Amino acid sequence: MAGTKQNGTGKLAANGQNGYKVIGTRPVRPDGVDKVTGRAVYAADVQMTGLLHGFVLRSPHAHANIRSIDTSKAEALPGVRAVVTAADLPVAEDKIEDLGEGAINLKYLSDNILAHEKALYHGHAVAAVAAVNPHVAQEAAELIEVDYEVLPPVMTVDDALADDAPILLDTLRTDSMGEIGTEQTNLASFFRHQRGDLDAGFAGAHLVVDRTYRTETVHQGYIEPHAATALYSADGQITIWTSTQGSFAVRGQVCEILQIPVSRLKVVPTEIGGGFGGKINVYVEPVAVLLSQKAGHEPVKVIMSRADVLAATGPTSGSNVRVKIGVDANGKISAALAELYYEAGAYPGSPVGAAANVSLAPYAIDNLQVDGYDIVVNRPRSAAYRAPGGTNVAFAVESVVDELAEKLGMDPAEFRILNGAKENDRRPDGLQYARIGQIETVEAIRDSEHYQSSLEGKYRGRGIASGYWNNWGGQSSATAVLNPDGTVNLNEASTDIGGTRASIAMQLAEAMDIEYEMVKARVVDTDTVSYNDVTGGSRTTFATGLAAYNLGQQLIKEMKSRLADQWDVGAGDVSYEDGTFSAGGESLPFVEAAGLVQREEPLMASSTVHPQDFGPGFSTQCVDIEVDPETGKITILRYTIAQDVGKAIHPSYVEGQMQGGVAQGIGWAINEEYIYDDEGHLLNASLLDYRMPTALDLPMIETIMVEVPHPAHPYGVRGVGEVNIVPPAGAIANAVYNATGVRMDKLPISPANLLEAMWAQEVETAELVPGDD
Amino acid sequence: MAKKIAVETTLNGEETIFLCEPRQTLLEALRDNLGLIGSKEGCGNGNCGACNVILDGVLVNSCLVLAPEIEGRSVVTIEGIAEDGELHPLQQKFLEHASLQCGICTPGFIVSAKSLLDDNPDPSEHDVRLWLAGNLCRCTGYDKIVRAVLDVAESDA
Repeated sequence: MAGTKQNGTGKLAANGQNGYKVIGTRPVRPDGVDKVTGRAVYAADVQMTGLLHGFVLRSPHAHANIRSIDTSKAEALPGVRAVVTAADLPVAEDKIEDLGEGAINLKYLSDNILAHEKALYHGHAVAAVAAVNPHVAQEAAELIEVDYEVLPPVMTVDDALADDAPILLDTLRTDSMGEIGTEQTNLASFFRHQRGDLDAGFAGAHLVVDRTYRTETVHQGYIEPHAATALYSADGQITIWTSTQGSFAVRGQVCEILQIPVSRLKVVPTEIGGGFGGKINVYVEPVAVLLSQKAGHEPVKVIMSRADVLAATGPTSGSNVRVKIGVDANGKISAALAELYYEAGAYPGSPVGAAANVSLAPYAIDNLQVDGYDIVVNRPRSAAYRAPGGTNVAFAVESVVDELAEKLGMDPAEFRILNGAKENDRRPDGLQYARIGQIETVEAIRDSEHYQSSLEGKYRGRGIASGYWNNWGGQSSATAVLNPDGTVNLNEASTDIGGTRASIAMQLAEAMDIEYEMVKARVVDTDTVSYNDVTGGSRTTFATGLAAYNLGQQLIKEMKSRLADQWDVGAGDVSYEDGTFSAGGESLPFVEAAGLVQREEPLMASSTVHPQDFGPGFSTQCVDIEVDPETGKITILRYTIAQDVGKAIHPSYVEGQMQGGVAQGIGWAINEEYIYDDEGHLLNASLLDYRMPTALDLPMIETIMVEVPHPAHPYGVRGVGEVNIVPPAGAIANAVYNATGVRMDKLPISPANLLEAMWAQEVETAELVPGDD
Repeated sequence: MAKKIAVETTLNGEETIFLCEPRQTLLEALRDNLGLIGSKEGCGNGNCGACNVILDGVLVNSCLVLAPEIEGRSVVTIEGIAEDGELHPLQQKFLEHASLQCGICTPGFIVSAKSLLDDNPDPSEHDVRLWLAGNLCRCTGYDKIVRAVLDVAESDA
């Protein structure tokens, strides 16, 4: 049957099934039919009686003081029901809170929803309208008169740290390892991780490579724009239907912004059309609530346009990264330094902290220093993006590693194996690894048919790179209801972006020794289960799966106990094997037992978990490319990934995470970037000009699932979602070097940037190229 | 607010009449006036393919067609792909190959792939990739989508 068809293409590098019945199979997801027939309800699909439509007016300036806002003409337009500005928001405190998506200053959180005194980026929301249809709402918004005092924009790390840089946030002071500065600044924070003796390590090195790199702002690029519908009921109860990675994160943020208790707000997660870290921060949700309240308690739906999504949500940080690594004559790393300057966008909070962890994580290094700088600029407030911060720094580190291997005359895979991190080694911040599979991923690539094959032809090259991601545990809660027919309703609050209903249900089925089809997994709202962290950090199959495993254990234990009473034997005397309970001469199949044990009392279970011992993820990748010498365009010829997946619960969805992460990494490496003019206007806020990979840009992506089970999970699960976006930029840059002799020091390696670099290094290009341009 | 006009059309094989404002796109009319939410707006300007429908046998972005333009014409949306209560082979193979993660682009891909196979029942991998280059997916890297379409073509051959 279709449900268990082995139709994947990935190879399991380790031992396969390990005796599991459900884990390792490839069933159809519970929400699948709705999603291929168009019935699944995403955020923009929510409909209800009396629905009003919102539109958000945004700043045309990158940096401006807001002197005044006149909404009278908009309010007078027929069909308009409410207009709101920042004046309708409660005054937010200048204090830090952790709302389930990382610590944030509440004033900044509120300011990003609707600008108070200042617009800090092109596209910053300044006002919003609710009307009878979206066209009237837009017309009304265009009648709002905002008096701006335009200020010079601060667009890059270098702009922001210049001596005479305009200041974005009047009250910002640098937090330098806990010491708070006294001067106004755009440098929000500085930190340093340090161990060993860096100077001695470099002094004793046989060879040192020291390079500086630049990467541009990129967007998560989910295909579903942000949308939310809110109903502020006349009794003060509020409901939000929204597309989010974390319904509880939305509840936390909206309640802080609007200063309401959590008991008054229910968040109903719709299906979610992609997130990649970008659907954790709230944008339109509080606006929809304010509009609904002001519009006489009618429901209001606010849908962002694609241009608004690109201009005002996401993106992830552009960065300047310096990496210096020394090696001894045998190729062993003797010292490493990384300096990370990350653009946070308009408010502090770039992923530079996570980037520091990622930076040198695949390598065992005794002497190292990693410095991190979080810097505000007039771009949208940065959001998480798949292994946040990792791709920027891995591009730099993996380029330096490749150059070192080349200069030593070593195979780049052997260099990574010689220096590879393993159990008991330490991450740059000091965290000690349990059992990890970094070296195994490099060995899998080294031994792959792809890496062993020859690649011929001018302008063709092969590159490899490794990457690391922390993964996460986080908090999950779930309940399971045993139906009298033996099916189980699994209620969980981890929104399902990529098939986690299936991967979580499979763990419950395995734990209960029942068929996957017996478990009905559903994602529920914030009133139905306890707190649940976001679908992020590659945590969901690991942590919510752990909760599901616990539920299965509880249900079977309770069934045994009740059968023992029925059969008048001790609870320890009832066994459960191959789907049958037995004790003494009695035996009963699971399905019949499910009815029998509930004749007197129904049976359900609940589980809450907060695992701390999550397992980090490693991925090593190999790419073959060809450069068109006339245009500088890169064609991806072949791509192979080897990832330590711990245990692949649903191998097709693991392969999908591997392939999808790489596709995003390829886009980041060769095309994607935010392009601004000198005034800080975003010039490419469309999917034509912000160019993400299409089917025609990519080959099939080969996957090797290396299974090094995570010791702290009953099925060995590690997170698998994020790490694969980390290596592609480095792998492609190394392939570009092998194809052209050019080492790229910036992303994207777009046709224009690559041709320019080839010209600068006088690489033979095409005859059309002007010699001295 | 603009005056509404009546449009008579054939929608997924059924004679249909509906009211719309002249400025409404076909996508907006399908979703908001006719309750067919399977066509999605990912970009609103013809770059993502999530709203793709088949108009008189031709694949179009419904966000780039005005609703009154379908007067007297025939439109097939994702809701009209399944036949006789059975999933279309493309829908079935998308499920079996795990060709969707978030699923927001899936209706557009299935409509586009159907349009391809209607014209070219035996496409090469390159044919599939070229045809589907008008549909953006950010989750899958396209591998499993392309395999599903090729599998349907091979099964029908």
